Amino acid sequence: MGDVKELLRLLGEIDDSLVSCMRCGMCQAVCPVYAETGLEAHVARGKIALLEGLSHEALKDPQAVMDRLDMCLLCGSCAAGCPSGVKVLDIFLKAKAFLAGYLGLPPAQKAILRGLLAHRKVFDSVLAVASKFQGLVTKPANEVIGSSCAVFSGVLGGRHFMPLAKTAFHKTAAAKGLAAAPGQPTVAFFYGCMVDRMYPRIGQAVMKVLTHHGAGAFVPDAQVCCGIPALSAGDLQTFEKLVKENIAVFADQPFDVLITPCATCTSTIKKIWPEMCDGLPGATRAAVKELAAKTMDISEFLVKKLGVTASATPSQEARTRVTVHDPCHLKKSLGVFAEPRAVIAANPGMEIVEMAAPDACCGCGGSFTLKHYDIAGRIGKRKRDDVVAAKASVVAAGCPACLLQISDMLSKSGDAVAVMHPVEIYAQALDDGRPGAGGKTP
Amino acid sequence: MTTHALIKDFQEALGKDNVLGAEADRYAYSYDSAVLEPAVPGVVVRPTDVAGLGKVVKMCNDAGMPLTVRGSGTNLSGGTIPKTGGVVVLTGALNTILEINTEDLYARVEPGVITAKFAAAVQAKGLFYPPDPGSQAVSTLGGNVAENAGGLRGLKYGVTKDYVMGVHFFDTDGELIKAGGRTVKCVTGLNLTGLMVGSEGTLGVLSEIFLKLVPPPAAAKSMMAIFDDVEAASQTVSAIIAAKIVPATLEFMDNFTIRAVEEFSHAGLPVDAKALLLIEVDGHPGMVAEDAAKVEELCRTHGAKRIQVAKDAAERNKVWEARRAALSALARVSPTTVLEDATVPRSQIPAMIKALDGIAAKYKLTIGTFGHAGDGNLHPTILTDKRNAEEWHRVEAAVDDIFDVALSLGGTLSGEHGIGLAKAKYLEKETTRGTILYSRRLKKALDPKGILNPGKIMGE
Repeated sequence: MGDVKELLRLLGEIDDSLVSCMRCGMCQAVCPVYAETGLEAHVARGKIALLEGLSHEALKDPQAVMDRLDMCLLCGSCAAGCPSGVKVLDIFLKAKAFLAGYLGLPPAQKAILRGLLAHRKVFDSVLAVASKFQGLVTKPANEVIGSSCAVFSGVLGGRHFMPLAKTAFHKTAAAKGLAAAPGQPTVAFFYGCMVDRMYPRIGQAVMKVLTHHGAGAFVPDAQVCCGIPALSAGDLQTFEKLVKENIAVFADQPFDVLITPCATCTSTIKKIWPEMCDGLPGATRAAVKELAAKTMDISEFLVKKLGVTASATPSQEARTRVTVHDPCHLKKSLGVFAEPRAVIAANPGMEIVEMAAPDACCGCGGSFTLKHYDIAGRIGKRKRDDVVAAKASVVAAGCPACLLQISDMLSKSGDAVAVMHPVEIYAQALDDGRPGAGGKTP
Repeated sequence: MTTHALIKDFQEALGKDNVLGAEADRYAYSYDSAVLEPAVPGVVVRPTDVAGLGKVVKMCNDAGMPLTVRGSGTNLSGGTIPKTGGVVVLTGALNTILEINTEDLYARVEPGVITAKFAAAVQAKGLFYPPDPGSQAVSTLGGNVAENAGGLRGLKYGVTKDYVMGVHFFDTDGELIKAGGRTVKCVTGLNLTGLMVGSEGTLGVLSEIFLKLVPPPAAAKSMMAIFDDVEAASQTVSAIIAAKIVPATLEFMDNFTIRAVEEFSHAGLPVDAKALLLIEVDGHPGMVAEDAAKVEELCRTHGAKRIQVAKDAAERNKVWEARRAALSALARVSPTTVLEDATVPRSQIPAMIKALDGIAAKYKLTIGTFGHAGDGNLHPTILTDKRNAEEWHRVEAAVDDIFDVALSLGGTLSGEHGIGLAKAKYLEKETTRGTILYSRRLKKALDPKGILNPGKIMGE
């Protein structure tokens, strides 16, 4: 337990942000967690009020406030729709760091964050062992999706999760540097933990598309986690360590754009790193800001820098119906939603059919689904119903965390809908050598 | 009875999950959207059916425990701020639309139904529920009825009270009281429906509401009139009404609000304009065309510098987006936003706007004014920082002046936000001492222990 005076001082530092909430309550209309629980302490207005209460010593129990801050997907729906423009995510992440600093991290979380996440090599070796043995405790559940179901459902709460990849993306032959063709940009490829471990196929699709367009690529295997799992637990120490390591890997390298196929990684690097790097040395802070400015979602990059567009000659035969889910960290955080659709439509064999609420959160929220599986499942079920109602055979989303959650939901209901990243759908057209794939071919 | 014993009884009646006793959970119900001090309740309960709601009311009365019913807590006058240590009763789990009757043009709802969701469900059946308070995306119909909420369409379509055909509610003994119902005409018994609408939870606890529905207008036309003189804009408002045209919506924005909106949403508003009028006429296509032409002509003859008539749905939407962004845009200017709703007879709009300018200058405050000029209901919005004690003092004095001016022009303290805690002390200024005593005697007779939302409207 830390010093309560220090906690109050730190909360006082964000008082200007807290006071900008005018308590209008409009966040109730968009918060996916509030939609399920209906409790004021679970919606942004309530959490901000609790932080003010704590800061002004009207509330005495910091742990209770931390528990309620944890009832959050960090989806940013509240911030995107906030009339007063309250920087909700900054407030929550900072407050969690202050509270975790005061309360200490729970031992299990500390072991994972500081023992595993913060040490890439240990993390790799644990996961490598785990991937070999997971067949013993799981059985295949859905062939279209490729998910598994835990035999020991007590451990994983009946989740249908994607198996860990036998070979991590960074160990595959695809994960190698590419030289740029004349006039083409060079990217740094930040693939992210989930693509590396669960969806190497997305990493491979990215490499295929880059190769096709003659883009250069820098794919360092020393890159580490973007740090959001640590930050959402309030572990600023691990977050800062990870940011520093990534900066050491990427800063001063000759590339034009840093791309990621993970909406959460993109949004973290672009928006959260600059906001949360106050504790880092000045030179690192400058590098963080420079890197953030160069960071782009893969679909946005393909459209804006490589000229990928919807196919001008869509297939005359029956096309595959694809419905698109807008990850919160892509649409609400970065305003990117047209580009993934353009990338999908660049495959002439695809027909986009919109679902009822494409930008409704899928309920994953990173570690939220681990802590609050029941609520995450209820939110995810709504998404699943919308996907199924769209009568599509593929659902696409530019974020592996969403893909994981949607796979879980579809698999549990036994739905035969494939779950893909937009870049995979585009890469498929290149594979097929289909005529009319959108965009310039060098 | 102690709160502790009462909590146990609540748990038995409603189930443990629907009784919140933890400090952090209770604290989250200590405020609403009004800029007032929070008051933390002793317990928060969430009945999941109407029978449970009735039980809760009776249990509170038996224990002499004050209770405040809360929908979404968007009240702007402190009407949902509870009594410290009292009980907050949430209506969130009573959110069923019981019936939408397209033959008899009414709907029956539970009090926790969200206004916008209800309006959408009604629209899907080809009908129209006009009241559209600014918080409709989250506000509840129970709250709308208890506060007699207004909105942008008040001018032509009226406010919530014009749509309440009947109510069911619990008295303090937990007895179910029924008033009004499904028929257009109904004179059975005292008009208890009228008594309950706008009573801010002080006389009974709503359990079911009968709402009138109307056919939607077949056509609508929107326009934006740009003025370089506030006086001309406000004279135009009076002229439109005097010409016997009733637009569905007739909204005003002053220069400060225009600039704030433009900075916020880049909607292409004329930032040098001194005032804007946003006008929509609706109804039969022939009448709409005629009214729109007349309104355009009136704007021109009264000195509008430019008039933009929306040519299609997208342009129409753009006009209203600018208006919807007004409060958001102002709210971003400073930490605290004091949104007032003093209302005057519409012919007094020019005088009211002039007076507001004077008040802003006198107290050296920033006041952005926008609102429902067509029905005399402006929203002078004071932009301040409640942490600045000296400035806050000036804000309070300015609010007093705003009320004085509104009353001197024959207006009212509140057009649509309610009296609640915030304006209870001003009530005598507009009414009489006798009015307050009469109201208190009424309350005393219906709520002898004074448990129903004490302190609201008529003080204690």
